[in-house]
Amino acid sequence: MSDNTPDAVLQVRGLRSVFGQQVVHDQLDLDMQRGEVLGVIGGSGAGKSVLLRSIVGLKCPEGGQVRLFGADVTGLDDDARRPFERRYGVLFQDGALFSSLTVLENVKVPLLEYFKLPLDLLDELALLKIRLAGLPAEAAHKYPAQLSGGMRKRAGLARALALDPEILFLDEPTSGLDPVSAAAFDELIRTLSAALHFSVFLVTHDLDSLYSICDRVAVLADGRVIVTDRVDVVEQHSHPWIQSCFRGPRGRGVGGSFQASQAREH
Amino acid sequence: MQPAQLQTIDVRALQQLDTAGAVLLLRLLGPSPTAADLQRFDGLQAAHRDLLALILNRRDAPLPLREHHFSGRAMLARMGQATEKFWWQTRQLLGFVGLTVQTLGLVLIGKRKLRMTSVVFHMEQTGLDAVPIVTLLTFLVGAVVAFLGATVLRDFGAEIFTVELVAYSFLREFGVLLTAILLAGRSGSAFTAQIGSMKSREELDAIQVLGLDAIELLVLPRLIALLVMLPLLAFLAMLSGLVGGALVGSLALDITPSMFITRLYEMTEIRHFWVGLLKAPVFAFLIAVVGCMEGMKVEGSAESVGRHTTAAVVQSIFLVILADAIFAIFFMELGV
Repeated sequence: MSDNTPDAVLQVRGLRSVFGQQVVHDQLDLDMQRGEVLGVIGGSGAGKSVLLRSIVGLKCPEGGQVRLFGADVTGLDDDARRPFERRYGVLFQDGALFSSLTVLENVKVPLLEYFKLPLDLLDELALLKIRLAGLPAEAAHKYPAQLSGGMRKRAGLARALALDPEILFLDEPTSGLDPVSAAAFDELIRTLSAALHFSVFLVTHDLDSLYSICDRVAVLADGRVIVTDRVDVVEQHSHPWIQSCFRGPRGRGVGGSFQASQAREH
Repeated sequence: MQPAQLQTIDVRALQQLDTAGAVLLLRLLGPSPTAADLQRFDGLQAAHRDLLALILNRRDAPLPLREHHFSGRAMLARMGQATEKFWWQTRQLLGFVGLTVQTLGLVLIGKRKLRMTSVVFHMEQTGLDAVPIVTLLTFLVGAVVAFLGATVLRDFGAEIFTVELVAYSFLREFGVLLTAILLAGRSGSAFTAQIGSMKSREELDAIQVLGLDAIELLVLPRLIALLVMLPLLAFLAMLSGLVGGALVGSLALDITPSMFITRLYEMTEIRHFWVGLLKAPVFAFLIAVVGCMEGMKVEGSAESVGRHTTAAVVQSIFLVILADAIFAIFFMELGV
């Protein structure tokens, strides 16, 4: 992997994260290309969420470098970070919607903060994002507490899309969803990333998501990214965790259905 | 103002397009454009065409109107709801009191266990840990009351009556009332938060499924701890208030501490002390029951824990002051 790939929107070099005595990441390298859907997988406690938080600036890493859109953003203060924050969106696990605001107002928060737009355009844009995230227009005036878990995630997605991000960070978007909703959500991410041309950084536990929407998969283990490649290449890797993950009782069924679907397409 | 209708729109120079730009472009096509209208863009890139088509597809529904509740009927309805809610809250409180007293009775006749460890733990948390703040606060209020009394009484040359003023007010009212209000804010809210967060993590359901009794396990230890500790703290508060008054007396009014004590001993009857202390267990009961009940009423979210904690503090302080007023009238009629 060369250091100056022209189209890398995200480069992580030698990242080190430490909590007290516990070293979560050590010498972690990761690249993400423009327009790709990158799945990040790893065991519980492997540091997937910590990696995401380090990249989006919620945690300052103990060492190493995070480069977004070619610029080093490690350890920048809040003001210097703001121009970068406008260029990516984050969907937290349970949507992290502001509970005192309606869905429409939630989506309008970033728009109001960064732009001076006429009110009717603001409403139209916010409603469009809500519709793009697959929610009905009637959901616009509901409060987060009135929505189901799946709808909250879609509303969170609408807010993350508000500023037309170039990178969308997703933290376990399908956890807590039933299989049908999870598949629909995966499909939605795929469609939107193709239409709106953003890259997706997808932290997940869900093997189905890896097979159905990810261009490449990065596996986190032993504090590093041990492999980044297409999922059918990754599943052949000899690392014991990958073997038990993809070849284990839950992995095989998915792999089988993947091969079956591949066979159907050809 | 709507822009004039354009037949064709030249977009050959368009390089980048975001959703906001796309929405504005679509507005140029008129009020309700269809997919066919996209032909009117001259020199549109394929990627931009896809984006416009997607947005056109999702612009189907207008923003629904928001319902507003400002009419007279809505106001009446809300008043009705509030009244009904008050009625239900009273019923719930009475029901919970009944349940707690029943369980307490079962403990007394030995049919239920008394959780001694838990009782002692809560005695430390609600009682011992509250000693510094209760004594400091009542000391300060005692000093303030003495100052106030002195300023008024000096005009009549009756400064010595400051002793009675401080003694009466602290023995009968302030000692126990200030303690109760402090504990309502300190322990009542803690009870709600503790039980409420257990409820939101389904721990109360687990207690039930394991065949245990939440009232016996969670409510009674807190209730008993407060019933024991509030009178003790109230006693401490009375002493501390008297000391505050005596200090002001000796520093600002030429009433020496020994005079203060003699006067206190000669002029103040012991019944005032009993009147004050009698109220303490009643206040303790109200605070503990309201705190625990609000905790049990918590639903799912963390927001609900906060809401019920606030409600517990407001309700228990309200009930304490209400009970205090009823006591005052009662004792006045009794002539004690």
